[in-house]
Order: sequence, then structure tokens, then C-alpha cells
Amino acid sequence: MAADKELTPSSYIEHHLTYLTTQVGGNEGAFWTLHIDTLVTSIILGVFGLGSIWLIVRKATPGVPSKRQAFVELMIEFIDNEVKNTFHGNRHVFVAPTALTIFVWVLLMNTMDILPIDIMAWIYEHVFGLYYWKTVPTTDVNTTFALALSIFFLMIFFSVKVKGLGGWMHELFCTPFGKNPLLWILNLLFNFIEYVSKPLSHSLRLFGNIYAGEIIFLLIGMWAATGIAGTFFGVFLGAGWAIFHILIVTLQAFIFMMLSVVYISMAHESH
Amino acid sequence: MDINFTLIAQALAFSIFIWFTVKYVWPPLLKAIEERQKTIADGLAAGERGRQELELASKRSTDVLKETKQQASEIIMQAEKRASEIVEDAKNSAKVEGDRILAGARAEIENEIFSAKEALRQNVAQLAVAGASKILRREVDANVHADLLASLEEELK
Repeated sequence: MAADKELTPSSYIEHHLTYLTTQVGGNEGAFWTLHIDTLVTSIILGVFGLGSIWLIVRKATPGVPSKRQAFVELMIEFIDNEVKNTFHGNRHVFVAPTALTIFVWVLLMNTMDILPIDIMAWIYEHVFGLYYWKTVPTTDVNTTFALALSIFFLMIFFSVKVKGLGGWMHELFCTPFGKNPLLWILNLLFNFIEYVSKPLSHSLRLFGNIYAGEIIFLLIGMWAATGIAGTFFGVFLGAGWAIFHILIVTLQAFIFMMLSVVYISMAHESH
Repeated sequence: MDINFTLIAQALAFSIFIWFTVKYVWPPLLKAIEERQKTIADGLAAGERGRQELELASKRSTDVLKETKQQASEIIMQAEKRASEIVEDAKNSAKVEGDRILAGARAEIENEIFSAKEALRQNVAQLAVAGASKILRREVDANVHADLLASLEEELK
């Protein structure tokens, strides 16, 4: 933490929750802000995760697999199985690889939450010279909304692709209550709410869980600064929460992946 | 909760990652897994086929053995039959040959008897004539009684 700022609980939390930002293309205004920390961390994680899988996979042999290949196969077969149970079509073309991407990427981004925040902050500041740097990309709503909205647009894309524009319109106006023209508005309203709630719940669930985890780490860290007893309990609570968080991190990545698959599958099926 | 340009950047990154996985990560591993599954399935099928073939072969070998045994016993039976036939034939032909030899011997004996009889008869006739001529030397003229002597000789035959 920089010496020129007084260390209070609010400045501590504020420091940890502030993004490293830049303005895109010299534009002013809130929208043209870019969170460099979120973007760089997530891209590094994505490249690392998918890249290492790629490095293993490109040497994949149909014979006896190496330990690394066996691990990747285990993960891919697990995801493939989940997708197979939900999606009834040729999943290998798009849906299953997308699910793998989501799972690996989100899991890695969530896992950054387990890294000890204050040590990481020290490293960012003293090794890289970055005073503000948020480590966990999924505590940024932009990340979760980016993923959820991408899935949302894929949902619309596949709805139109599979059922045709007319078929999709028919579905919007005539389901779930019936074909009667009097019900059209009601159907449309119902579908509208459904379409809006999907990306919202999808993204906020992930964001909320990981953000809450981050805040609890911050609170434990604050307690640890209050004295010997605080440090003692802080260590155990921090360790306990981190262990519990392994479950949450994995579970949330899995839930996010499964919901993406379910939404895309629903777009493929007509009512 | 400030939505900003980061969202668009993240969505872009997401789409690039999806593209990468779809194109480079998923297919090779899927291929490897599917190939391995095929190899395993083939192996299992080959094992099953081998087992069936073994079963078939053992059944066939039992059949062949059974058939061979039967053939062997048939051959032995035929051989026995043939042997007894040969013995029978040999007996028959020996009997016939014996009979023939016997008949030949009998004919020869008959001949011998006949010629002996002939010789004896001639001798007897001569002796009779000689005896008679001794007795009748004086009374009988061989020339005069030639016809008588000839008839006598004829009778003795």
C-alpha cells in the first residue's frame, strides 16, 4: 500500500476493489473506460489454460495416454458427458468445445480468488509497479456480463438458425400460453422477461458468489490487522474460507458452464 | 457495478477463446479418444471372435475324432470280414484241388489196374496156351486148332 495514504478499513477495501483503468481511444465518458487488470489477467489465464491444454492435446495419442493427456481427457470427457445429457445434436461442432472453454476459463479466473490478496497486492505494487490491480476477473461484472451476453446472443443466433426467423417469432408470440391473438402480447411479455432474466441471473450468480468471497477475504484480512488475536483467528478463518472457496470456485464455474449449455440447448429445441 | 468497454473487450476475448478451442483443442483429443474407443471395441470384438472360433474348432475336432474312430472300426470290421473270406476261399480251393488230385490218382490207379490186368491176361493166355500145348503137344496141331486157340484167347480177355 502506498505510504502517502492513511490505512483505514475503508481505504483498505477501496484499494483492493479499485480497477486499473484507461480510456479507450482518447474518448471521455464512463463507457469508454477499460479495466486493464481484468482484461490482462483474464487473457493471461485463458491463454495459459487453453494453451496448456492445446500443448497436451496436439500430441494426443490414441494409444496409452500420458498422465497429462489422461488428466485432460478426464476433464474433457466429464464435460462432454454433461453436454451429452443436455444437448441433443452434434455437440462436437460447437457446444461441447464452448463448454470446455467456459469451464476452464471461468475456473481459472475464479481460482485467482484464492490467491492471498495482500501478498498479491504487494507483488503487483513492488514487482510490477501497479498500485491498483484487481486480481480476480470474475469479480468484475463486465467479465460475467460479457460471458452471459455472449451466451445470450448465441442463444438468439441458434434460435434463428434452427427454427428460422419465422419460427422464432412464432415461438416468441405463441408460446407458452397459446396461439390466440389476444395472448400475443402476454406471450411476448413473458418471453421478454425470460430472455432478460437469463443473462442477468447467469452473470450475477457468478459475479455475486465470487465477489462475496473476495469481500470476505478482505474482511478477514482487516480483522487480522487488529492484533494478535485477530491475526490468529484471521489465519484460521482465512485458511478455512479458502478451502471452502475451492468448492465454491469450482461449483460456480461448473454451474456457469452448465447454464450456458442449457440455454444454448433450449435455443435448439422448439416448444 | 460500472458497465463499460471492458465488457466488449472480454466478449471479444471470449469469442477468440471459443474459436481456438473449437478449432484446435477439441478435435485432436476427440479424434484420439474416438480412435482409442474404436481400437478397444475392435479388440473386444476380435477376442469374442477368437473365443467363438476356438469353440467351433474344438467342436469340429471332436466331430472329426468321432468320425475317424467310426471309420477305423469300419475298416477293422471290413478287414476281419475280408480275412475270413480269404480263409474260406482258401479252404474251398484246397478242397477242390484235393478232390482233383484224388480224382487224378484214382484214374491213374484205374489205368494201372487195367494195364496190369491186360498184362496178366496175356500172360495167363500164354501160360494157358503153353500149358495146353504141353499137354496137347502130341494131340493138337497148332495149325489145325488155331481158330480154337484164338477163340479161347478171346474169351480170356
